[in-house]
Amino acid sequence: MSFESELLKGKFCIPECIVCKKIVWPPSESCSHCFGHVSLKTGDFEGIIIEFSRQNEEYFCLVEFEKAIRVMAKILQIPEIGQIVKISKCGISNGSYFFNVN
Amino acid sequence: MTKVGIIAYGITPFTKDDKKIESVLLKSAKNLFENNPEIDRNDIDAVLVSTNNNSKYLSPILSEMTGIQPKIAHSIESLCNSGTNSIVSAYSYIASGLADMVLVSGAERYDSPGQILEWDNSRGEFKHPIFWASIFTKSYKREFSISDEQLALVSVKNHKQAKENPNALSNKTYTIQDVMNSKKLTDDLNLLDCSRPCTGSASILLASEEMAKKNTDMPIWITGIGQKTTSAGFTKNTSFSSMESTKLAGHTALKMANHDTKDIDVAEVHDAFSVCEPMALESLGFSKSGSGTNMIKDLYETNDFKINPRGGLIGAGHPLGATGISQTIEIAQQLQSNAINRQVDNAKIGLVHNMSAAATSSTVLVLEK
Repeated sequence: MSFESELLKGKFCIPECIVCKKIVWPPSESCSHCFGHVSLKTGDFEGIIIEFSRQNEEYFCLVEFEKAIRVMAKILQIPEIGQIVKISKCGISNGSYFFNVN
Repeated sequence: MTKVGIIAYGITPFTKDDKKIESVLLKSAKNLFENNPEIDRNDIDAVLVSTNNNSKYLSPILSEMTGIQPKIAHSIESLCNSGTNSIVSAYSYIASGLADMVLVSGAERYDSPGQILEWDNSRGEFKHPIFWASIFTKSYKREFSISDEQLALVSVKNHKQAKENPNALSNKTYTIQDVMNSKKLTDDLNLLDCSRPCTGSASILLASEEMAKKNTDMPIWITGIGQKTTSAGFTKNTSFSSMESTKLAGHTALKMANHDTKDIDVAEVHDAFSVCEPMALESLGFSKSGSGTNMIKDLYETNDFKINPRGGLIGAGHPLGATGISQTIEIAQQLQSNAINRQVDNAKIGLVHNMSAAATSSTVLVLEK
């Protein structure tokens, strides 16, 4: 089970080092701090919008999870700074990750 | 440690031409040697090529095409600051004694693969640079209450200055309204806020103090170097309204040169997008946080070319691997009082700021007469 194999199934997991417990982002096989093995935390994680903009009618935002992971995500509603969101859809398309939040 | 100086340079016009990278690369090196026929190519110990192009073995190819058989020949890639990274490598070869003279040539095509960092999946589907630039712009405007008009002036100023640069991609001037009415890419970015990828090449020859004095009466010394990489991924930036890597690289370079920002007479800063210029000015200490646009307004209104005299990346164009080298050539020309209509009066100390991938990596050089 890897971050990408889970992402391909539409599941967003949080990679965490089993030795030092640090979150490893971007996902990697080993911890960037202690090179320990990385496991995946599953859950319904909440993120916070820290910035956003819009292209045509589509908003995109920078979302932070667990004070450690930040991703660029698509959001359908008008976003607000500080808004709490969850991943509603994610996956890999044409080699790139994608994330939707609401 | 020997001093290291710039003793010659060559450059091509920046265009949208569809030419082979080898041909683009050769053109600026040929221009360098045509401008400086006294240089003995047998004295060149290393040939370094700066590019994001996927063609292989470009440094030995350039060496062969220019009749050089160097001891050291290789390419250097670091996205948009490949050029100054190559200059730092050349400096290091000379300062260490491994080489006395190094040719650094940078080249790129308009369709460079270096525009997109595929690895950075934290950007999700928003991998094009306009998306990190939009986040920077929104964040900067929000934090310092900066208007779109204030940022549009960066593009107005740099296009105006590019008119005096015969090698610039742009030959047009624009008003603030032109910039704000140009094609809307996102809510926070219009087309004229962006530098444009293009085809171009720039070459520079560095030498030890002894070789420099033997070959030119006007060497320009590299007296300060600072580099910092904080991450590779855009989302790892600690701030989206300032440039941490630039702050650290600038501090290191100025300390090495034993100067302060107020000593700098002329500078090239990496305005990949309008917002980058005030952010860079603030991060380098030219102005206080949130005040960079005031400095830009003052420069524009007084026709002072102190910042980005050749038109910056926005006016001159952005052939990634050649950009840092062309910035360095501009400052060398300024310090040699050789910049014609772009000349900044009495320029003695200059600075080059070149960065990559949403300011995750910065290089700063200090140059002196």
